Amino acid sequence: MRSSHRTTPGSAADRSLLRDSSLVWLASGVVGISFGAVSVAGGLPMWVPVLMSLVVYAGSAQFSAVGVLLAGGGPVAAAATGLLLNTRTAAFSLAVADIIGTAPAARLLGAHLVTDETVAFALAQSDPVRQRRAFWISGLGLFAVWNVGVLAGAAAGSALGDTARYGLDAAFPAVLVALVLPTLRADAAVRRCALLGAALALAVTPAVPAGVPVLLALAGLFLHRRPTTPRGAAA
Amino acid sequence: MNATVAVILALAVGTYAFRLVGPVLHGRVTIPPRVQELASAGAVVLLVALLATGALTESGGFAGWARPAGVLAGAVLAWRRASFVVVVLGAAATTALLRLAGLS
Repeated sequence: MRSSHRTTPGSAADRSLLRDSSLVWLASGVVGISFGAVSVAGGLPMWVPVLMSLVVYAGSAQFSAVGVLLAGGGPVAAAATGLLLNTRTAAFSLAVADIIGTAPAARLLGAHLVTDETVAFALAQSDPVRQRRAFWISGLGLFAVWNVGVLAGAAAGSALGDTARYGLDAAFPAVLVALVLPTLRADAAVRRCALLGAALALAVTPAVPAGVPVLLALAGLFLHRRPTTPRGAAA
Repeated sequence: MNATVAVILALAVGTYAFRLVGPVLHGRVTIPPRVQELASAGAVVLLVALLATGALTESGGFAGWARPAGVLAGAVLAWRRASFVVVVLGAAATTALLRLAGLS
């Protein structure tokens, strides 16, 4: 909107998608670098973070699994923690199934690209065409940047120092705030559910394993009432 | 190293299976509109829970003041309809500056 160039709406929209995506990519790239560096500095061989990032491709689960491994928690605990964290991707994949499309190749590839950031990015768009472009642009870019970042971090080892000093840990929640705020503003029913869910998640965080709080937040959906139309009118 | 490979493969296969739930069900099973609606609302509920726990907690405890302060700065900017770039950089910069000033 604020661009001074007058081009076709499609390419202007793509540019704004690219601009917004590139920030998420930049932040993810640095987190990827720190994942690679942390893993190698902790004593894992370089191929572990690199392979994990390609085939698991889920930041929080990777950090947790490596954290458990490095803490000597054992392989079963490491896999279980990561899987528990990733159960939410099933719900996310349901939410974006329509956006991914129905071609077999799109389903198989698109499924692997389902992450918090990409789902939030796609759902934040206004129309189906833009949603699809946003999913693929941000998803493919994120996959590339994440894996290159992890490789670079693993190669650099611990030379980077503490990445917390760049404030990146605040960037990710802020990305999500920016993406969900329009929906929260517009939809009072979703807002109620989300606030209850977040309160539940925060309340149980000290007491339960990582990954569980966010799942419990789904209980907030109990506040999601059916629209007040007569019963049976929906069909 | 075999145990590590097993961890990676188990995580990869399990995660991919979770991610396939939506695309595989889509078009094969008629998902009732009400379920579709709940799935979209559920995604937002999950994202808000992620951002709340991500902003305030770290390893089951309080994350310290610098991070939530940065996220709050980002939220205020987003509320005032600042652009995405400003929101994200504003949040990171606030946290980085607070840490520079000695706040954890």
